[in-house]
Amino acid sequence: MTHFLEVIDLKKHFPGVKANDGVNLTVKSGEVHAILGENGAGKSTLMNMIYGLYQPTSGQILLEGKQVEFSSPRDAIRSGIGMVHQHFMLIPALSVAENIVLGDEPGGIQYNRKEAVRRVQQISDQYKLQVDPTRRVADLSVGLQQRVEILKVLYRRAKLLILDEPTALLTPQETRELFEIVGHLKAEGIPIVFISHKLDEVREIADVVTVMRAGKTVETLPIGDATPQDLANLMVGRDVVLRVQKNPIQLGNKLLELRGIHVRDASRHERIRDLSLTVSEGEILGLAGIDGNGQSELVEAVAGLLPTTAGSIHLAGQDITRVRPFDRTELGIAYVPQDRQRDGLVLDFDLVENIILRDFHKSPYSKSGAINYRAARAYAERLIREFDVRPADADRKAGELSGGNQQKVILAREVSRDPRLLIAVQPTRGLDVGAIEGIHRQLLRLRDNGKGILLVSLELDEILSLSDRIAVIHDGRIVDIVDGDSATREQLGLLMTGVKSTAETRGERV
Amino acid sequence: MKSVWRAIGTPVLASLIAIIIGGIIAAAIGYNPLQVYGSLISGAFGGAIPLGNTLAGSVPLILAGLGIAVAFRAGLFNIGAEGQYWIATVAAVWIGYHFKGMPGFLHLIFMLVVAMVVGGLWGGIIPGLLKAYRGAHEVITTMMLSYIGILFAQYCIEPGGPMLEKGYQPQSPAVAQNAWLGSIIPNSQLTWGFAIAIVAAVVVWWILFHTTFGFQLRAVGSNQFAARYAGMNVPLYTVLALGFSGVLAGLAGAVQMLSQDHRLTQSFSSGYGYTAIVVALLARNNPFGVILAGIFFSALSTGSQNMQLVSGIPQSLTDVLTGLIIFFVAAERLIPMALTWYRRRKSGRLQVSLPEGGRTDG
Repeated sequence: MTHFLEVIDLKKHFPGVKANDGVNLTVKSGEVHAILGENGAGKSTLMNMIYGLYQPTSGQILLEGKQVEFSSPRDAIRSGIGMVHQHFMLIPALSVAENIVLGDEPGGIQYNRKEAVRRVQQISDQYKLQVDPTRRVADLSVGLQQRVEILKVLYRRAKLLILDEPTALLTPQETRELFEIVGHLKAEGIPIVFISHKLDEVREIADVVTVMRAGKTVETLPIGDATPQDLANLMVGRDVVLRVQKNPIQLGNKLLELRGIHVRDASRHERIRDLSLTVSEGEILGLAGIDGNGQSELVEAVAGLLPTTAGSIHLAGQDITRVRPFDRTELGIAYVPQDRQRDGLVLDFDLVENIILRDFHKSPYSKSGAINYRAARAYAERLIREFDVRPADADRKAGELSGGNQQKVILAREVSRDPRLLIAVQPTRGLDVGAIEGIHRQLLRLRDNGKGILLVSLELDEILSLSDRIAVIHDGRIVDIVDGDSATREQLGLLMTGVKSTAETRGERV
Repeated sequence: MKSVWRAIGTPVLASLIAIIIGGIIAAAIGYNPLQVYGSLISGAFGGAIPLGNTLAGSVPLILAGLGIAVAFRAGLFNIGAEGQYWIATVAAVWIGYHFKGMPGFLHLIFMLVVAMVVGGLWGGIIPGLLKAYRGAHEVITTMMLSYIGILFAQYCIEPGGPMLEKGYQPQSPAVAQNAWLGSIIPNSQLTWGFAIAIVAAVVVWWILFHTTFGFQLRAVGSNQFAARYAGMNVPLYTVLALGFSGVLAGLAGAVQMLSQDHRLTQSFSSGYGYTAIVVALLARNNPFGVILAGIFFSALSTGSQNMQLVSGIPQSLTDVLTGLIIFFVAAERLIPMALTWYRRRKSGRLQVSLPEGGRTDG
């Protein structure tokens, strides 16, 4: 195997930050090379240099043995480097083929649609991507959109494919399909750089793994030699607890009771049908299910953001079905929403303002309508310290923080309000091992303090490792509730397709 | 200090670029740019009276600009400030000549409060309610109501109109003289209205950044989803924000009336409500920025007469300048983009000496 890509002692210094400080990397032809590291370890900076978005401060990038200097992504693409970003760059209104050929259309002045479709179809067949070139991108699931992005790269004759956190937005099924595709590409001899912070995935898909920490490459090793524990320790730089230890359950009174609720979404479709569920004090109830089966509507109904059309919601015996969201917050419901940038934070506000986002009207943060920024700042700084938000600067705008640190801010705010019930939706999505560990600890600490937790997650491992009981939702109904200690992935996987109540399974949903 | 520079950097740079391009245009049509700008500046700031007139002209721009900035902060576009300005003045003038014999200070306060209430209703509560509960876009409703306000005010002083003062050109009776705003610099137009504008800016700043009301207003403005999630009443704040915005536009009208004409006339506004949009834009919705931007635009307008007299260039050059400033402020991302391009070019030049090995064709 030849060295396809070589990176030698690459450095990228921004004012005040050494984003990359001595990175060495060798990617051979036909291998899947994982770059593993926590958020902020410098993975993205490295990739952006390889892709021509940033210019290195010093060091070399060699492509097939020759030194390259890219001044823009266009140069990188021309040299055969293809990158699929975490957030897709597709035009929803256009067809798959149109999206792919955009900027490099077949035909002269007149666009040759047939030829475009034919070429895209051919590449799709060659790499077994199974994408229909004539469909509109807006109609495709996230997993399929990602394949369109991959096709786009292949259409431009990429010789190296960089996948930046490709599974962050995928369902477990879609992830499996992506891995098959990666396998096909590898078989065709295309080296793949796979950026991730998920240990399991890296172990499943990669041949070689390079671990990055604090802007440096720490170690490169064949995947066969690495245990998850080793990798986690290398990433974080200390010994990490991968499996959280749970204390025996101390079940209290019934806290949240949903009695036969029906909920319609914003476009008036009934998404929750006759659903009943109970969360008690001192337990973590995991809600497992395939994305889009009513989880968001259920959670928004409990938070008061969507009205119920029938049934009732009770908190500690009190009927809160008609209580405003504001008052539900006061009654002790905390909520970590799924979309932290859309719902959880005001990105233009600094951390002080975000941390008091729910409590700005209360003493000591305000008094007769005037905000006391001194008290708010002291509180924010304390939370930033306790939850290890980085950078530890209360004046930063929330939008300037990494995803993991944004999540820490939300969690800090919600947990520190001393709630009775915490609703946590995908609380660790997109976070790295160290951060996940911290967040799981917080959830368990709340549980041990007698709070109730409704944990909604698409990650079965997260559900399995934390939940005392697991409710499986399918098509707006609870299919079954199983014991958290004895449940298995297979059992949950089956329930998630709704098998217990109906024989038919639903198709892929976005 | 760094953050201050970051905040004012783009507007200042945009204005400078506009001034430079304006100078090039002046030179191109045969005028000496230095003389043009020299006469503009001396016309706006050269001496107590020009300075007083410039500051006086900034008062309606600052007050209405604050109103528009407040709406922008809440994510709303109040383009009906002009109509709110007119309709509020109609109400204030009516109070002003109907209740003669009140103590002057009380009468003044009475007029200002009525103007603010009417402006708030016209600009805020009606469009706000329509927006919050019926989904009618505030750009349409504030604009339409603005026309109604302007035309209603014109109707009031037309022949046969309810507020026409008999025997004169179209105008209303004057308001009680003891309630007029007195002048600060004799023989200039500058009155205590300027102090009201400055105080209003401080109050708006304090409300926006130091009260729970302002906190919620800004939260709703920059992310209504998160505001809703945090338990805020988004429709209510839509109404309140537009109302607050209208209050300030109404105040602008009353203060202008009490400072200058003391009555309703047909030439009562020269489009202050529209220029105020640009003022808010240039100020990036910062209340103190609004003061500076208001003075700046007022200076362009007062200085332009002198500019035409001295250098002979048509006054409309100031319209060109205004247009260029709007363009560069609105296209503020052009400036960082240009800087990036410049840096890249510079680093590109450095790369020439390095080996060219890697530039393979794909």
